Amino acid sequence: MQLLGKGKVLNPGKAQGALLVLDDALSFWGGFDPQTGRILDDHHPQKGASIRGRVLAMPQSKGSAGTPAGVAENIRNGAGPVAILLREADVNIAVGAMVAARLYDLRIPVLQVPDPLFAQLVTGRDIAVDPSGHISALDGDTGVIGL
Amino acid sequence: MSPVDLSAAERADLNGENGPLRQFAMSLVLRAAEIWRAPYLIETGFAHIDACHFNGQAHLDFARMLARDGARFPIPVWTNTLPVSLLQNDGRAANDPNFVAGAREVAEIYRKLGCRPVWTCAPYQLPEGPGFGDQIVGSESNAVAYYNSVVGARTQKYGDFLDVCCALTGRVPFAGLHQDEGRRGQVEFDLTGLSEDVLRHEETCPLIGHIMGERAGSSIPVLRGLRGDTPSDGLKAMAAAAGASGGVAMFHAIGVTPEAPDAEAAYQGGTPEQVHRIIADDLTAAKSSLSTVTSGGLDMVALGTPHFSIHEFRRLAQAIEGQHIHSDLRFYVSTARFVADAARAEGLLDPIERAGIEVLTDTCTYFSPAVRACRGRVMTNSAKWAFYAPGMLPVKVCFAGLEDCVASAIRGEITLSNRI
Repeated sequence: MQLLGKGKVLNPGKAQGALLVLDDALSFWGGFDPQTGRILDDHHPQKGASIRGRVLAMPQSKGSAGTPAGVAENIRNGAGPVAILLREADVNIAVGAMVAARLYDLRIPVLQVPDPLFAQLVTGRDIAVDPSGHISALDGDTGVIGL
Repeated sequence: MSPVDLSAAERADLNGENGPLRQFAMSLVLRAAEIWRAPYLIETGFAHIDACHFNGQAHLDFARMLARDGARFPIPVWTNTLPVSLLQNDGRAANDPNFVAGAREVAEIYRKLGCRPVWTCAPYQLPEGPGFGDQIVGSESNAVAYYNSVVGARTQKYGDFLDVCCALTGRVPFAGLHQDEGRRGQVEFDLTGLSEDVLRHEETCPLIGHIMGERAGSSIPVLRGLRGDTPSDGLKAMAAAAGASGGVAMFHAIGVTPEAPDAEAAYQGGTPEQVHRIIADDLTAAKSSLSTVTSGGLDMVALGTPHFSIHEFRRLAQAIEGQHIHSDLRFYVSTARFVADAARAEGLLDPIERAGIEVLTDTCTYFSPAVRACRGRVMTNSAKWAFYAPGMLPVKVCFAGLEDCVASAIRGEITLSNRI
């Protein structure tokens, strides 16, 4: 395991999975299929990719007052990501994850990641996140997984 | 994370001295304060919450947690629209009983917790709400923009659950639009090139709102040249359109909105970062971009996004008087139950209902099962509705003013007077 760096903890949790790095913000309210996790938004450059079970990295969030409920619901039903890494801290995503932890005892890590570290994140790379915000690459799994 | 200076009482909440629910609520408010870099929290005296909506189990489970843990709100809390009406039958009760039951249970919990059950996205149309300078909690995007811009109350955009947690603790982070410097105008929209006739036209306000949102994103626009007698319905339509197309949470209109008696005040002594000169062609282009259809047989009309005001009911009653809508189409108006009561007391609902128009309360036409089942052409006077619908509903949409909507409904065919 190779330590890549440390993010600011917006919601603590532990997870590992394959990275999906989005070029654009994704709406948690209508932006993807709540059953399959596939991105539905016609305007999104990665339309069709599935966020389910992935470590989701995105520049920022997009959305409405309903965003925290969308985040909590997707954590509850397991269609969402296992961790969320944001370049810009986002209140709605932090709140959705905190509410899911309180209601369902499901702790999805949400981190704000500094720019140089965010630039190192590559789709397909297997990474692990710990509750204090450390982000590590898992050995031997650096191949790019198709969307 | 930047440190937030908490008072002794706030620290007591955070340490769990007032129970686990207050502790959890304070931890959410504190996290928001850290992310927004608020130096401290301030007291709030009013909340309009969106968490009473229902689109999944998480909304219901959160409300049940509040009831179980004995939630008490120390401030007045008003409620946003629901996905179902509480007063009218819902077509989904037969085929999706869990949805209707879930939505009604969530609503009932918030009512029992002492929230004022207004179920409206336009709470500023009701008496006894917040006033100029009040620090409040808003969530619904059009209400946030209207309260900040037109009323002069101060709120960030609070999402679901954080709205409730601020209301439970009576605190908000002192950040963004709660602060003087967070309300400084940034991007100018110069309307002085538009004629008097255009500026008075009903479609102009929602179209300007749509353009503002597209070009300003989430910065604070300043309108120069808006007429001083622009009606509150126009400012409402503008706030809703700008919140939808771009996330505008506040705008100034020089000589119209309360924090912009002049340009100096709107920019707090500074200058705009950018100036957009708006000409009539911009409005025409915005109007076409909001319509996916502009002719042909009409299947539905949807008015009341945001909720219809009493003035709009007066205009509708006058426009439809003595006539009937075409028998092949449905015509819905959504509003708050209190506004519907006032309209009925004034004798406005009789001519409207006699004409075949249906009035929905507590909800939005956007959520209604009949609209969701529609596969045809829908006309609306709401730029917000027209902006969202094509991506979310299987309909074709035509944006036009109220009188064109009524004339088209009577003929059963989209008919545009093309005055813009």
